[in-house]
Amino acid sequence: MASSVAAADTAPITHTDAPEAVVVRFAGDSGDGMQLTGGQFTLSTALAGNDLATFPDFPAEIRAPQGTLFGVSAFQINFGSTDISTAGDAPDVLVAMNPAALKTNVEALKPGGLIIADTGEFTKRNLEKAKYDSNPIEDGSLSKWDLLAFDISALTIEAVKPFGLGNKEALRCKNMWTLGLALWMFDRDRQPIVDWLNSKFAKKPEIAEANIAALNAGHAYGETAEIAGPLRKLHLDPVQQTPGLYRTITGAEAVSLGLVAGAQLAGLQMFFGGYPITPASAILHNLTKMKEFGVTTFQAEDEIAAICSAIGASYAGHLGVTSSSGPGIALKGEAMGLAVMTELPLVIVNSQRGGPSTGLPTKTEQSDLYQAIYGRNGDTPLPVIAARSPSDAFECAIEACRIAVQFMTPVMLLTDGYIGNAAEPWKVPDPNDYDPFPAKFLTEKNGPDDTLLPYKRDGHGVRPWIKPGTPGLMHRIGGIEKAIDTGNLDYAPTTHQAQTDARKAKVDGVANAVPLQDVSLGNTSGKLAVVGWGSTFGPIHQAVRRARAKGMDVSHIHVRHVWPLPRNLGDLLRSYKKILVPEMNTGQFKTVLRDQFLVDAQPLNKVSGQPFAIAEIEAAIAAFFDNIPDNEGGEVEPNRSQLPSVKAENQ
Amino acid sequence: MNEMTTITTTLKDWETDQEVRWCPGCGDYAILKAVQRTLPEIGADPANTVFVSGIGCSSRFPYYVESYGFHTIHGRAPAFATGIKLSNPELDVWLITGDGDGMSIGGNHTMHVIRRNLNCQIMLFNNEIYGLTKGQYSPTSRVGTSSPSTPMGSVDRPALPCAFALGSGARFIARAYDVSKDLSGVLKAAHAHKGAAFIEIFQNCIVYNKDRFDDFTAKANAAGNQLWLTNGEPMLFNKGTQGIALDQESLTLKVVDVIDGDWQSAGVIVHDVTNRSVAHMLVEMPFGPFPMALGVIYDDPRPTYEESVLGQDAKAREGKVADLGKLLAKGQTWTVGE
Repeated sequence: MASSVAAADTAPITHTDAPEAVVVRFAGDSGDGMQLTGGQFTLSTALAGNDLATFPDFPAEIRAPQGTLFGVSAFQINFGSTDISTAGDAPDVLVAMNPAALKTNVEALKPGGLIIADTGEFTKRNLEKAKYDSNPIEDGSLSKWDLLAFDISALTIEAVKPFGLGNKEALRCKNMWTLGLALWMFDRDRQPIVDWLNSKFAKKPEIAEANIAALNAGHAYGETAEIAGPLRKLHLDPVQQTPGLYRTITGAEAVSLGLVAGAQLAGLQMFFGGYPITPASAILHNLTKMKEFGVTTFQAEDEIAAICSAIGASYAGHLGVTSSSGPGIALKGEAMGLAVMTELPLVIVNSQRGGPSTGLPTKTEQSDLYQAIYGRNGDTPLPVIAARSPSDAFECAIEACRIAVQFMTPVMLLTDGYIGNAAEPWKVPDPNDYDPFPAKFLTEKNGPDDTLLPYKRDGHGVRPWIKPGTPGLMHRIGGIEKAIDTGNLDYAPTTHQAQTDARKAKVDGVANAVPLQDVSLGNTSGKLAVVGWGSTFGPIHQAVRRARAKGMDVSHIHVRHVWPLPRNLGDLLRSYKKILVPEMNTGQFKTVLRDQFLVDAQPLNKVSGQPFAIAEIEAAIAAFFDNIPDNEGGEVEPNRSQLPSVKAENQ
Repeated sequence: MNEMTTITTTLKDWETDQEVRWCPGCGDYAILKAVQRTLPEIGADPANTVFVSGIGCSSRFPYYVESYGFHTIHGRAPAFATGIKLSNPELDVWLITGDGDGMSIGGNHTMHVIRRNLNCQIMLFNNEIYGLTKGQYSPTSRVGTSSPSTPMGSVDRPALPCAFALGSGARFIARAYDVSKDLSGVLKAAHAHKGAAFIEIFQNCIVYNKDRFDDFTAKANAAGNQLWLTNGEPMLFNKGTQGIALDQESLTLKVVDVIDGDWQSAGVIVHDVTNRSVAHMLVEMPFGPFPMALGVIYDDPRPTYEESVLGQDAKAREGKVADLGKLLAKGQTWTVGE
């Protein structure tokens, strides 16, 4: 959420006064249902009117060996009565369902933060699997945190006893017990979760009952257990939000809805060709449930067939869409070139993940920017749009459809694993607030003397869209260079020069049809601009806000149209003394900015598979002010270890 | 085969103003003419006809047919065709591919378009060589094929396109060759078949693999080495003096002599286009000891892919109103008051 509200530094829980925001991380074995727990906790948080952001972090293995360090699945949520735009840096509360979950997550916990641990899982065997020499619950090694350890496993088994489940099945209700306790802690209504359980297990009412009993038992435990010390009930007031109807939304949902909305605004049926790949598959799954909007989905035999079928659909007059992640996008490259050459509309969604090669399938990264802008053979320009948050992905998907249809071009929409999986509250938009951009098809010959000119360009350099089946307009298109206007095969040197120039000019011209670059926070000139794109929006925004609160002259610019760049961006950047570009890659957008505008953009890079922490960007901002002679601000002690690339670049 | 308005055209109507750029004497010319002759005969409508091709000599085909045409990328024509048919099932789609395009780089897509049973005609021009890239051996080249990339002769065994297609679940298999007068009949049968119709057409690459199929296409060799199959007719060749029978002991095919036209007592099989087992044997018959099986080898339709997909889509839409506002507000929502 980008609305500006008062400062929300996530201070540790004081246990007496309700904080403005709290970060909770649920961590357990990948079979423990932590993503489900987190998802339901998110829903209850949203219903309580808090602003929130989440970060699901799970292993690539579906069921990694139980109890192992690499099998830990975690879900972090930052919520509060103020503006929240990241999943939070360090958790205030860590729920650790086993030793491995404790080990892999506890170091992130704030000093003084609260650990809730299930002692029932801290067995000798599990401690060994987590490579603990002694039991951390007992050996005092957790003394810098508050520790609340009790046998959640046994309490759950006890709670679900009346339902006659086996031990294994009973233990599956542990996550609901934990959720019940969390709901109590944050003063939440249980009813929405009860409703959800009843509908999820409608066919197995005994399982629903058992889960509800576990949920209630966890809640009652908080209510009645006489625990002195760390466990306290906290109530966070609802955030001040624009009035209206809200829901939570993940990036994958937002992309799916935005594509459907885009196709509707274009007055087109949508064809989606996809191939299963993490983390993009959710879009395919979502769209299969939206067929009444003229959506046809096709699970192709491979990534190449997925995009080729989508291009075939666009050729036939539908809006072709394909989606993948980095490795799949690489496979689609040649077909993208054909879409550029034949000048057909197409939307390509890339849910980026860590690379190269298979890389980090379930972790987030922004390292496909070069691939998006440059990654094809030949001079093959296409517009690229990057979503900054889950809800922004909706707007970006519509924008991608609009540009594709209006400019007869493939458009790439970049999201990433973080945006795809993360959830945030979303003010449900009114479809009537969007201007339609109806697609036009040629129905009559457009040339002199009753001729057809399939490649005759209009004032924007755009050729007509001609559907097969239209009487009298038979023509041939393909990937070979083509003559001006007629589109006939033509290898002539002047033709290739002219058509290459025309394709470039057309895509460059998209910059005239997109909004000018704005400043998200701060001024249109000054000492430092922090320039981001994509999912780094949240941490950059919060870091800049904090720095500004400390008096630093720093502004935040976040670029949606990463190709072609907004036409005022160069002048805007040149109005700042310094430019810092935080990215989850080794400096790709920084290079693009330097190349396009000859500005001294400095990189801040992170490729750990984890999103930026606010503090990391804050420290980098502080370091910049530290290096400016007439330092205004810079009170924050810069953490230079965060700035390896800056150092290297400065040498 | 598509439900479309039958319209009257002539061969001339299917010719484009483009200069044909195949080598003089190339087998592709004959195939092009056969197609242009056949289209009027089946009442095809140029506005409703789409030729989709990959890359290779054969894939230039769409430029020369006055219909809609899409010259795509190497091996991927089936995927484009799938998107086209799912978006507009009324279009009559012809896939043009070659042995390199369809059996090598695009083998995967060939398999899946056949398996799914997309309603289209797949014409695979088999010249057993890479022509456009100047003569390298192809996946259908015979062992020992000497080429720029295999100067000592190729060592890998050739793929059999029709066997591959059957193995992929094809419901229509036919074979013909470029200059055959019966090619048009095969094309008509393929067009009449509802579903993926796979046609292997032996095509003479006069520059890089000249007369490769002379063993059965040359005039002198035709009668003795061509087995033209007709549904309901005995499998006879060599002017009715020889036929194909089943060896009851080994359960394999054998060539038998037919005396005085008495094919019954020789045990010659009557061709049944719906007999899948015999189809497998016919496409696997080793040439030499056996003649080349030509014509419609197998034809037994099943529901098409686009019928099933679009049927399911229609079912999913039944009774539903496309209300975008409602869709956006789906799930658990809450209202923030003024």
